[in-house]
Amino acid sequence: MREISLHIIDIAENGIAADADLITIRISERPIKNLLKITINDNGRGIPHELIDKVTDPFFTTKKTRRVGLGLSLLKEAAERCGGEFDIKSREGAGTEVSASFMIDHIDLAPIGDLAGSITCLVMGNPGVDFVYTHEYNQRSFTIDTRDIKRELEGVPVNTPGVLRFIADMINGSLKELKED
Amino acid sequence: MAKLTIEDLKRLREDTKKKTVLREGGAIVNITVHMGTCGIAAGAREVMEVLLDEMSQTDRQDIRVTNSGCMGMCSSEPNVTVEIKGQAPVIYQHVDKNRMRQIFKRHVLKGEIQTDFALARIQ
Repeated sequence: MREISLHIIDIAENGIAADADLITIRISERPIKNLLKITINDNGRGIPHELIDKVTDPFFTTKKTRRVGLGLSLLKEAAERCGGEFDIKSREGAGTEVSASFMIDHIDLAPIGDLAGSITCLVMGNPGVDFVYTHEYNQRSFTIDTRDIKRELEGVPVNTPGVLRFIADMINGSLKELKED
Repeated sequence: MAKLTIEDLKRLREDTKKKTVLREGGAIVNITVHMGTCGIAAGAREVMEVLLDEMSQTDRQDIRVTNSGCMGMCSSEPNVTVEIKGQAPVIYQHVDKNRMRQIFKRHVLKGEIQTDFALARIQ
């Protein structure tokens, strides 16, 4: 993947495919510690215990449409290639947590990329799913929760173009503010 | 850019309600962007961005955009399926920004199937 934010879409879509209706995305940037960490939680049906060790094998998938399962294995490779770690925890019936860390100054680290575009894309394509996106930068953070947005919308669909633009602008504005001195 | 507030969202809500007051009933056109790992790596997010742009330029309230997983045709990603009510769904292949704009303007809005990059018609 050419951006970290594309991995985030991919892992979030895995959760949605597992019938999750709440996806939590946490991105932690700690330049002081030279660490970027992404954590994605879902409340989907989870992964059976006997399969958890196989999910990062690119030649393993539970899908019937093809014989490879690249999403998690690509993220694991990307993290380990950049001096970081990959972890996956899951409980059947409760959900899954995927985390990956990267050394920020590693030459092979892909750019974080268009986070606003990625979150908006997820909301647009999955209006029935709620997303909680938290971004930490050193000691500062912001959170965007589509449940709060939906409450304010009072029935107006969250995937209306104007609302999606609002979410993208809110993320871009908050990210800019977060990284200002 | 000034930081957006909850008041901005409320204004947006009221504007949207006024514009969509006539919307009732289900979607007439369903656009599905296939977003498996293969689709995402091949540019499906950019396709979604074009759809957002096109949707914001049309008054049509009966078009729905959704995501779905890989359909097994990884080598032809990004794939997009357009289904107009009462017609067979059409799967498009190697969809980039320009193709998506053309599909939207010609097929979605005018009903003209873009055979040049159609992969299949599901009967």
